[in-house]
Amino acid sequence: MEINTYTLASLKRGQKGVIKSVDTSDPQVQRLMVLGLVEGAELEYASAAIGGDPIEFRLFGCGISLRREQARSFQVAPVATGD
Amino acid sequence: MTKASEIRIPANRITVKRHADASIAVVGNPNSGKSTLFNRLTGLRQRIGNYPGVTVERHTGTLKLGDKLTELVDLPGTHSLSAHSTEEQIVVDAILGRLQGSDAPDGILAVLDATNLYQGLFLLQQLVDLQLPMVVALTMTDAAEKSGIDIDIDMLSEALGGVRLYRVVATTGAGLGKLRTAITELPDSPPPQRISVWSELTDVAKRLRRLSDDKLNLTECERLLVDGMTDRNATVTAGLNDGFVAELRTMREQLFGDDPPIATEARIRYSWVQETLAKAQRSTPPFQSWRTQVTGFLNRPVPGTVGLFLVMAVVFQAVFAWATPVMNGIDFATGALGAVVSASLGDGAFSSLIADGIIAGVGSVIVFLPQILILFLFIILLEDSGYLARAAYLMDRAMRSVGLSGQSIIPMISSFACAVPGIMATRVIPNRRDRIATILAAPFMTCSARLPVYALLIAAFVPSQRIGFMNLQGLVLFGLYMFGIVMGILTALLIRKTALRGPKPPFALMLPEFRRPNLQTVLIQLLGRVKVFLNRAGTVIFTVAVVVWALAYYPRSDLIGSEVVQQRQAAAYTLSGAELAAQYENIDHLASAAQLEQSWLGRAGHFVEPVFAPLGWDWRVSAAVIAGFPAREVVIAVLGTVYAVGDEADEDTLSGRLKASTWADGRPVFTLPMVIGLLIFYACCLQCAATLAVIRRETNSWGWPVFAWVYMTTIGYVGALLAFQIGSA
Repeated sequence: MEINTYTLASLKRGQKGVIKSVDTSDPQVQRLMVLGLVEGAELEYASAAIGGDPIEFRLFGCGISLRREQARSFQVAPVATGD
Repeated sequence: MTKASEIRIPANRITVKRHADASIAVVGNPNSGKSTLFNRLTGLRQRIGNYPGVTVERHTGTLKLGDKLTELVDLPGTHSLSAHSTEEQIVVDAILGRLQGSDAPDGILAVLDATNLYQGLFLLQQLVDLQLPMVVALTMTDAAEKSGIDIDIDMLSEALGGVRLYRVVATTGAGLGKLRTAITELPDSPPPQRISVWSELTDVAKRLRRLSDDKLNLTECERLLVDGMTDRNATVTAGLNDGFVAELRTMREQLFGDDPPIATEARIRYSWVQETLAKAQRSTPPFQSWRTQVTGFLNRPVPGTVGLFLVMAVVFQAVFAWATPVMNGIDFATGALGAVVSASLGDGAFSSLIADGIIAGVGSVIVFLPQILILFLFIILLEDSGYLARAAYLMDRAMRSVGLSGQSIIPMISSFACAVPGIMATRVIPNRRDRIATILAAPFMTCSARLPVYALLIAAFVPSQRIGFMNLQGLVLFGLYMFGIVMGILTALLIRKTALRGPKPPFALMLPEFRRPNLQTVLIQLLGRVKVFLNRAGTVIFTVAVVVWALAYYPRSDLIGSEVVQQRQAAAYTLSGAELAAQYENIDHLASAAQLEQSWLGRAGHFVEPVFAPLGWDWRVSAAVIAGFPAREVVIAVLGTVYAVGDEADEDTLSGRLKASTWADGRPVFTLPMVIGLLIFYACCLQCAATLAVIRRETNSWGWPVFAWVYMTTIGYVGALLAFQIGSA
């Protein structure tokens, strides 16, 4: 992976990020987009299962779990957590 | 009889208009509270059937208001009209009126989860554009309030083409009155305005519609443009002119270029959703409810996983411990009933049929109803509280290491109740290899039909001792469940490494918040399960009990009968009083054992005995096992019948009779190694015709069910052989 890419998988526990671009080549990623993982959506890293995979995110208040592998297809801009 | 009962006809034969005034489709996201609302609206006026040609359950119910009868069809949960599974395709076909034997619905009841407007509105904008009369039930409004979500209903209604929204709390019933009226009046209401979020698509779709000579509607054309020529769409366009498909291809290229159409659709529609939410929803910092705190704690990796195992241990302990008093009661009642019938009808074939065949056979299965009730209660509670999804998430990594995904956990857990619904539940798994591996692993899970066999043998041969907070019997039962899990996992692993080698399946799962299950919904579901079980006990098991009784009773040997008379006379010369009575009893028992041995069942048992002799089974156990191949729970009924007429009949309970049973030389048949072997055999062997049929249906081949049967039976036999031979050595 390139050094400057920051993906959903790079977020830390409690950190938020807004999706900036999606690598749509994988049909599975396209299905995730139907669930609302599109540009502009804000996600928060909520938790993870044992071993840090899969990861649970909060998307508009709802829990959604993704595997680390698929989380890497979503580039994000981290949001400062100050509220 | 009420009027509602008149419409209870097989679902596949329902032609809606004749029986109800209107038919309304209930559509919404998974976990949106759709089924709870449906149960609330229809109560017990429900039917479960199947959609023609597929194995998706069709839930219909009626809503009666005044003299109007409205049929509600609870469609499977879906996120989009872009169908990617059989269930999602059913939703699309149902609302477009393309299902065989039913018209398009007269209206739509859309269910929108107030705590998840984001995904809900995505589906809703597609539904509004269908141009059917529509009403929206905004569910979970109480939970939304607690999470600090404030929704501007008027703004939302305006954004959705003027559709009416009703706030409801399905768990308490608040707001349902107005919703009922709205649903009943729905067929006469005008449809909402099209919102055409994606005007480019709509414009092209209109052109496409003209090309189809208006045979397709606008939504069908939009779906064709986005989804392309899927298998289902190919049948939709089959009757159209030749140029249509070529033109469709050109239009898609112009609209999407190289971008995947589904991704484009998601981007455009969600950008509208994001704008709409910015106007219609205000969020304040959420109130820390007990739910969020519980969720937060259970979300942490280690407490979550430990919690999952604790939950499972408690369930199994409950199944065994809580049910015991009730089971003892039922056992006593059937025993007493049999004795009364025997005494009042006297000797003879008819008395034996009633007491030994029907009462003993059916009673020995009914006795397990309490355990099955408790197990189903737990599974339903776990599902309705949202915990099953969390279990899938927690177990994903472990499941993946054996080549499955977390989604396999739900079919697996359901299979603890019964492999048939469990195997049906594999339809949520998108990957075919993953699905088949799960289907083959599922029958290893300890189903409720295995439970009676386990329970009987454990109660008879495992001492009831306390070990820590658990009982040794509960612990052995837990061990057998674990054994099934391990065997299932090994099977999945084996099959994914050999016949079904392939890339690791993908995984994404919505994790609903914990919610308190609604009592009414839980009871309705529980009642449905009990009905299925009792139906089986009342039909299949009843029939088998009678047939097995006949096989065990006939042919009667006159020779044995006359010998009994002679021996009784001989005894009367030499003995008297209590000794004589005891001798009479002894003679009778020996005689009935001899009668049984030369009966059809006895002969069959003897015939197969050499096959099972290395496992330590006598001809009676062999006969019971043979009789149990169509449905494994039957084995209890057979043992009940076989031992009721054998020489152990002076024991009050079946377990007592098993303990007393001996070989000809007086050695006990049921030794510990033999019992362990028998348990292993039952843990593995696929003795269930229904499971084989559903595997055949779900894999669409005879190969997999045949493989599963041979594979599981072989493992069971070898396992029992090893246990007996090593244990007895």
